[in-house]
Amino acid sequence: MSAKGMEVSIAASVAAKLARVEAIAAYPITPQTHIVEHLADLVANGELDAAYINVESEHSAMSACVGSSATGARTFTSTSSQGMELMHEILFIASGMRLPIVMAAVNRALSSPLSIWGDHSDVMAARDTGWIMVFCENGQEVVDSIIMAFKIAEDRRVLLPMMVNLDGFSLSHVIEPIEFPSQEDVDRFLPPYAPLYTLHPDKPVTMGAFAMPELYTEAKYSQEMAIRNSKAVVKEVMDQFSEEFGRKYSLVETYNIDKADTVFMALGSINENIKTAIDLLKDDGKELGLIVPRLFRPFPADEIGEILKTKKKLAVFERVMPGGAMNGPLYNEIASLVIANGLNIQLENYVFGLGGRDVEPEEIMDVFDQVSTSSKITHADNKNYSVIGVRS
Amino acid sequence: MAKPMDQYKWHELTVGCVIEEVGNAMEYKTGDWRSSKPVWNREKCTKCGLCWLFCPDATIHQTEDGYYEADLDYCKGCGICVRECKPAAITMVEEER
Repeated sequence: MSAKGMEVSIAASVAAKLARVEAIAAYPITPQTHIVEHLADLVANGELDAAYINVESEHSAMSACVGSSATGARTFTSTSSQGMELMHEILFIASGMRLPIVMAAVNRALSSPLSIWGDHSDVMAARDTGWIMVFCENGQEVVDSIIMAFKIAEDRRVLLPMMVNLDGFSLSHVIEPIEFPSQEDVDRFLPPYAPLYTLHPDKPVTMGAFAMPELYTEAKYSQEMAIRNSKAVVKEVMDQFSEEFGRKYSLVETYNIDKADTVFMALGSINENIKTAIDLLKDDGKELGLIVPRLFRPFPADEIGEILKTKKKLAVFERVMPGGAMNGPLYNEIASLVIANGLNIQLENYVFGLGGRDVEPEEIMDVFDQVSTSSKITHADNKNYSVIGVRS
Repeated sequence: MAKPMDQYKWHELTVGCVIEEVGNAMEYKTGDWRSSKPVWNREKCTKCGLCWLFCPDATIHQTEDGYYEADLDYCKGCGICVRECKPAAITMVEEER
């Protein structure tokens, strides 16, 4: 298999084609545009045999995805930022109806102020919609994750929609060497979708009915158990992918973890910069480790907890302003698991990279010096997080 | 439904709460939230059928002798029939349970 230089957005649409998607409904929005434009080209040129449903908004795009998935079609969409917000109510409907739609979520900041650049404000506002979520660090992971996502989502033990997150611009618009598996190998790995229920006049069923108070709790608990239990399937599919395609994936990945007492944690493409910082620190004789939750929903608490048992300090990085919460959403997960597991570890929270602000390895190295030398960073006014690079 | 909905356990529900037996709304009596019911006074009723026409839930039907009555399994007690009845033949009577 040889690597091909390609823009990651184009590669994402090629991955959807390799997955033999049958229906696509999406509305173009920066920085997701190249994904849906290329898919539209592939369908128009006859290279991809799929229904491309033109819609007037993201609300309609996700609604059309719900409809097409309910008929049993393998369904793909992609959006960013305001588009994901406009989809918001339908995101819950897709997961509640247990429809295995796959979305490439090209993460972007939310207005106001208007910003087309990357951060995680969009996905973090959608983090509890009941979708399985993975975060990608590079273009290869985007391609592989989209192929894996259909296999995970469509598994009879799962049947949930899945979001493949990639950072806007810093990942979506870069050109990277990417290895594509052959169509034959993908077909073997990912057989056609065999839906449990379909909307078909020959065998009518009712989908998306209402539930009285006597039933709603049980319905939501059943859905909750499905997303909790999906973790085992995500792991199984990642293992199978590693075996068949030779690229190893796991729920939580680590870098330079063994020697380091201090570890960092972040989601998405910033992890490449953190790894560069780790290598540079190593040259100075300093050891910093990295924990990368590739899976974010369901949250892999056991796997992360196991790693944290032997660590002294953890700095959690997030690309979203907490919005009045004590800390950012990733930190709050970690704080929960630290308390639940009775771990003795110093936690710090850093907000960075909002609205496309670059964070260089040098700034990460500065954070390491700050965290590794302090006993506890103090904050005023119940504000537990620091914002990297904010001018004051 | 095979059993009353307040007896279902979470793991007994279908995936996505899909309803496999279509038309089972027939088994669900929606009239049980009614607090008062319409009662016809046959001495005033002119059999005009306005109550039948205006009932938003189609629960009013004509009896063999030409008068009207509501199917109390489905009547919600909204009182629209009372409001529309020109000879004021219908009154709402509070349910006793």
